[in-house]
Amino acid sequence: MARIIGGITTSHVPAIGRALAKELQQTPYWKPFFDGFLPVHDWLARNKPDIAVVFYNDHGLNFFLDKMPTFAIGAAAEYHNADEGWGLPELAPHQGDEDLSWHLIDALVEAEFDLTTCQEMLVDHAFALPLELLWPEGPCPVRTVPICINTVQFPLPSAARCYKLGQAVGRAIEAWESDARVVVIGTGGLSHQLEGERAGFINKEFDQMFMEKLVSDPLWATRYSIPDLVELTGTQGVELVMWLATRGALLGDVAKIHSNYHIPISNTAAGLMLMENA
Amino acid sequence: MNNAKTRKIPGTTLFDSEMARKGYALNKMCFSFNSAACREAFLQDEDAYCTQYGLNAEQREAIRQRNVLGLLAAGGNAYYLAKFVGIFGLDMQDIGAQQTGMSKEAFIAKLAAYAK
Repeated sequence: MARIIGGITTSHVPAIGRALAKELQQTPYWKPFFDGFLPVHDWLARNKPDIAVVFYNDHGLNFFLDKMPTFAIGAAAEYHNADEGWGLPELAPHQGDEDLSWHLIDALVEAEFDLTTCQEMLVDHAFALPLELLWPEGPCPVRTVPICINTVQFPLPSAARCYKLGQAVGRAIEAWESDARVVVIGTGGLSHQLEGERAGFINKEFDQMFMEKLVSDPLWATRYSIPDLVELTGTQGVELVMWLATRGALLGDVAKIHSNYHIPISNTAAGLMLMENA
Repeated sequence: MNNAKTRKIPGTTLFDSEMARKGYALNKMCFSFNSAACREAFLQDEDAYCTQYGLNAEQREAIRQRNVLGLLAAGGNAYYLAKFVGIFGLDMQDIGAQQTGMSKEAFIAKLAAYAK
């Protein structure tokens, strides 16, 4: 059976793409952010996952309001990045794993998670940048399965629902007849708000509690409704549901191997965590 | 309390069904700006481009003025509006400053102060 070797959660911000394109990693502004990934690079080099299942939210590259799935999963052999409107260099394509995609689709629908299945799917910065951050030497050595959760149009799926989706994904991976080593990745958050008179809102106290509880008591955050989470973490801070889905997929108890928290990257409180099953 | 329609969060509009309906044409136009050719077409003739997407008077005025709060009130969604403001080379600190009535320097300082 396939094995889940750990979970990695990180923020995603388009400005990271600009920093990579301009090679600003060691400038004073970016260094505390990029250096946070060094222990994760070591862990990945030692543990060598074959596949990454990635929870992320699309920002209007693949999906528009004409058809907006609450949960969508890729089932493609390859995933391409494209211009998101800012003319940044296109990020390298990522290899898919169609066998795991279809296994997950079968298992998740069976578990009453009725996802939209995508045999073609553009992946935006939220999917592609974290993979560049995790494997900066390139090319990305893992096959991937993207799972997209709607954070654009309300109502969003609840924190509790996203956690349960993660659990269903974790159980499905562990039941998959394969010797693959799978890492689960969640990208988004932490607190930030781009729009409105409250633009620039950050909540360090909540973020730090969230990171602590994600390890010890993951149901803690699922008590909050989505509007509660918007109030506490900002309109885009609510992307922390990707972290909950990732934690759910790890099933059981976990140990924190590494974390980093840095304010700000662009308008965002940037978080990073690496967890292993205890 | 879970209803986005009745919940009030200061300085924040949840992009709920009402906004999704109101802003559809505006957001569709902004979505088109993923394409460099569409960005160019907009810059060549803004009015014609807005007409092509069927923007209403409120949306057209907010587009003309590059007024982010106005665009949000007209049903714009932050993720699509980010593509519109990118045409003018504005980043998220420019946009944050505009919406909060601060200078860009003051807005950046406000973000950095959260680290303390």
